[in-house]
Amino acid sequence: MSDAVMHGGVAESVLGPAPIYNDAVVKKFVIASIFWAIVAFLVGVWIATELTWPAANLGLSWINFGRLRPVHTSAAIFAFGGSALFGTSFFVVQRTCRARLWGGEALANFVFWGYQFFIVMAALSYVMGFSQSKEYAEPEWHIDLWLTVVWVCYLLIYVGTLIKRQEPHIYVANWFYLAFIVTVAMLHIVNNMALPISLYAAKSYSVYSGVQDALVQWWYGHNAVGFFLTAGFLGMMYYFIPKAAGRPVYSYRLSIVHFWTLIFLYIWAGPHHLHWTALPDWTQTLGMAFSIMLWMPSWGGMINGIMTLSGAWDKLRTDPGLRFSVTAVGFYGMSTFEGPVMSVRDVNALSHYTDWTIGHVHSGALGWVAFIVFGALYYLVPVLWHRQRLYSTKLVAWHYWIATLGIVLYIVSMWVAGIMQGLMWRAYDQYGFLQYSFVESVVAVHPFYVIRLLGGVFFLSGALIMVYNFYRTITSPTTEAPQAMRPAPIAAPAGAFGVAGE
Amino acid sequence: MPTKIEKDSVTGRETTGHEWDGIKELNTPLPKWWLYVFYACIAWAIGMFILYPSIPYGTGYFKGVLGYSQRRAVDAAVAEVAAQRQASMDKIAALSFADIRKDPALLEVALTDGRITFATNCQPCHGAGGAGRPGYPALAAGAWIWGGTLEDIQQTITHGIRSADPDARQSAMPRFGADGILKPDQIQAVADFVHAKFYGHPPLAADIAEGQKIFAENCAACHGDAGQGNPQMGAPRLASKVHLYGGSLETIVSQVTNPRMGVMPNWNTRLDPATIKALALYVHSLGGGQ
Repeated sequence: MSDAVMHGGVAESVLGPAPIYNDAVVKKFVIASIFWAIVAFLVGVWIATELTWPAANLGLSWINFGRLRPVHTSAAIFAFGGSALFGTSFFVVQRTCRARLWGGEALANFVFWGYQFFIVMAALSYVMGFSQSKEYAEPEWHIDLWLTVVWVCYLLIYVGTLIKRQEPHIYVANWFYLAFIVTVAMLHIVNNMALPISLYAAKSYSVYSGVQDALVQWWYGHNAVGFFLTAGFLGMMYYFIPKAAGRPVYSYRLSIVHFWTLIFLYIWAGPHHLHWTALPDWTQTLGMAFSIMLWMPSWGGMINGIMTLSGAWDKLRTDPGLRFSVTAVGFYGMSTFEGPVMSVRDVNALSHYTDWTIGHVHSGALGWVAFIVFGALYYLVPVLWHRQRLYSTKLVAWHYWIATLGIVLYIVSMWVAGIMQGLMWRAYDQYGFLQYSFVESVVAVHPFYVIRLLGGVFFLSGALIMVYNFYRTITSPTTEAPQAMRPAPIAAPAGAFGVAGE
Repeated sequence: MPTKIEKDSVTGRETTGHEWDGIKELNTPLPKWWLYVFYACIAWAIGMFILYPSIPYGTGYFKGVLGYSQRRAVDAAVAEVAAQRQASMDKIAALSFADIRKDPALLEVALTDGRITFATNCQPCHGAGGAGRPGYPALAAGAWIWGGTLEDIQQTITHGIRSADPDARQSAMPRFGADGILKPDQIQAVADFVHAKFYGHPPLAADIAEGQKIFAENCAACHGDAGQGNPQMGAPRLASKVHLYGGSLETIVSQVTNPRMGVMPNWNTRLDPATIKALALYVHSLGGGQ
């Protein structure tokens, strides 16, 4: 692909010159995303060690599993994934709208620093023992309020940029990014409705109680998966896969239908997190049924991602960055099939509370979220830093294979451990007594915890290779673009169909 | 930008004519299999709505044509395994310990039940195999505080120790230090005596006669002249290698000054009498039974 395409130029002869985009804030988010990726993976490896050998908590309360676990999940979802979503959404919305970010430098910088401040405050509060005990919504009320302010500014920038666009239509990636921003705002505000015990205390009580609190929490929790970890990253996919493959999106119609069905169906699926609890039977049935209906809308994104490569499959051999993106879509398809299966009440009776859930989450988090981000980052870093190419394609391939092996070790060990736990907990002997005690199931899964830890170490090692590759890409003279190609040329001739400017 | 529909040379499909930053879209229809599977899922969901409790209205909800209730489903599953063990449990409840032990098949059932009941309920405190931990008596060592016959064990499990049960086993060692019954140097002397005489360590004091005298006056009434203990009143045996809170001098001083008195729950509210009997047989079999 020519440099002109990578720099986002569309034929000037038709549209006039593209505006100067605000890439400075994108760069900051890219760096933050890479930094938080390492933090998230490192903490993940550490708590996997604690689960395998509990003495690894070293007797220190602020690094015990209960406190580090939300550090790991928040670092992975909100810090690593979130920074990647902010950065790529700002990159994509400017280029697909041919408009500079609305609100100026200062607002964009406020969103960047405000969001990073949120992350640091949240992580510090966890290790110091503050938590409102809602999964993926652990920060206390004052941190929640701060995030609300930052998020509304993000929404304003995004919508402002869409409004002042110079393109007649809004590209599909932007629908997904916007759905992510709007819905996460709604989820965050509703789930965190709480009364502080005092204006000066980091302690509050939820306005909901009992099973209603649980339902609101999992309405939030499941849609954090649906809109943060799915819709947002589908937006990423819809830009970077066609861009890297140099091919048109497979089906416009499919993108419309799967977008609206996904948006409509996801929001009802939360109750499947509360099967076999005090949640009323009818609510559980609805959650299960909507989860099953969600299967094909989820796969619509997978089909559009993978089929966009038709005619460009050979690029997988030469562009390992694209390989990350396509493998991500594969894992996305696998996770979004596994999810509906696990939501069926009788499957859930086996899988609930076991490590199967942990394996499922990580096939999504490592396989889909992290891989689609890696694919986008390998595309973005040379573009943003005006480098001709990555320092080493070979290192990207190494990262790819090490990380893939890590994921396979992780999810397979958790499948085995989870199904074994589920079967052991429900096993009765020939006399009608429980066959195993809980602690026997803990002993039985220990070897698989070791394998899981190994998988995590592989994944972390791969990410460190990526960091080294980026560092050398940005600093090495060998990746420097020839003068003629810098900076960001925008005036490429209207090219043959497929890739503009090729 | 004017719409410009083109034909893609690879797939032969037309584009929609939109273009963003070089990205175009093909006008491919929905994949047939995708659409039909989606319809099938919707049909499945509607089937679920009809069969199971589903649609809410006002104050109630549609109960579903199967009349399914999750609570009843769980109750039925639990009742099924309960029925499987019913005959054996009835026999265990009816027979004496001696008669159960004469029936090898029934004893095996009882010990199987006892093992899993112990692992689920007792092991978190008393340790695997009843090895005990500081503050939680060892059950395999024969150092019984309240007696180690089958009946003693059954009684302890059923009513607990210092629990809320009216028939709980009660004992209270006086707070010799905290209540000023003995002075610190006296406590030191008596602890030194116990540590030397019963635990077999060299004494700190040149003469342990003072400690011995304090022991005879304050401790021997319950713990016995020779530190042999008294299971009738729950006074632990001191002349032993097995100690509830530990065998160091500091532990003895601490225990005499301000005794810790642990609580064991009464299990009669959680386990039925036959299960408690089976559990007593299992605990008795761990190696310390009398």
